[in-house]
Amino acid sequence: MPEVISDYLPIAIFIAVAGVIGLALMVAPFIIAVQHPDTEKLSAYECGFDAFDDARMKFDVRFYLVAILFIIFDLEVAFLFPWAAAFGELGWFGFWSMMVFLGVLTIGFAYEWKKGALEWD
Amino acid sequence: MILGQLFFFVFAGVMIASAVMVVGSRNPVHSVLFLILAFFNAAGLFLLLGAEFLAMILVVVYVGAVAVLFLFVVMMLDMDFAELRQGAQEYLPVGALVGLIILVELLVVIGGWTLDPQVVQTSAAPVAEGVSNTTALGQILFTRYIFFFQIAGLVLLVAMIGAIVLTLRHKENVKRQSIAAQVARDPKTAVEVRKVETGKGI
Repeated sequence: MPEVISDYLPIAIFIAVAGVIGLALMVAPFIIAVQHPDTEKLSAYECGFDAFDDARMKFDVRFYLVAILFIIFDLEVAFLFPWAAAFGELGWFGFWSMMVFLGVLTIGFAYEWKKGALEWD
Repeated sequence: MILGQLFFFVFAGVMIASAVMVVGSRNPVHSVLFLILAFFNAAGLFLLLGAEFLAMILVVVYVGAVAVLFLFVVMMLDMDFAELRQGAQEYLPVGALVGLIILVELLVVIGGWTLDPQVVQTSAAPVAEGVSNTTALGQILFTRYIFFFQIAGLVLLVAMIGAIVLTLRHKENVKRQSIAAQVARDPKTAVEVRKVETGKGI
């Protein structure tokens, strides 16, 4: 699909320029900046103590719930894009097809709201 | 077209390299980040195929949501990865079996395509000329394939309810805000005037 490539060529150039700028800003300090390496600069410091334990700890499962609910509504919106793009040719059948889909997910949304899954505590 | 081939090899090469790094990297967080890189390159390959909608959905859904979920899972499990690596040998036969099945399926697809390059066109719905990718999907997804579309909606509903049932635990004895009760308060119910006699409490 050559025409697709020529459509997206500005984006590729944009990403390439962004990458070059980002890399330049990352690499330049190694070359230009004054460096006095010392092991103490890299050691863990926690108000004078050594670090007590690993920084990685268990997350609250609630974050996971929020993320999975986000994915579901993200997919719902993803279905809306082709529907909106072809809306003129779909007719009433296509319209009500989407309305039923949205209705089913609205049932889930009402359940979620009623159970308090959107509240933190 | 030389430019298209160049982009294909860049995307495919980076994708395979990052896929190897997903399996090979020591830190699972790095694995997830390499997985995100693989998703981006797969989106680039979809773009080269002309499947713009799939490419954008891959970026929006997989990079934006699924990868974040993977990161949460990696963070949440709090497992001992050195210990996990010890047990990896036990899973080797199962992994090898899955890999073998995928290899055979790929060979079947490539073999069918080599024997008859037209076989791909027979199963696909023809796309009218001058119709964009997203519009072409919309024209058939909501009418011709309505059954699959509604099933997808029900699957999403089940996923939503399942996630809530499995993970939602409200803490006991937590005071929550009740907006309806707050709004319904007026001076008559909120303030009470009492006569207090001198020298006595209420």
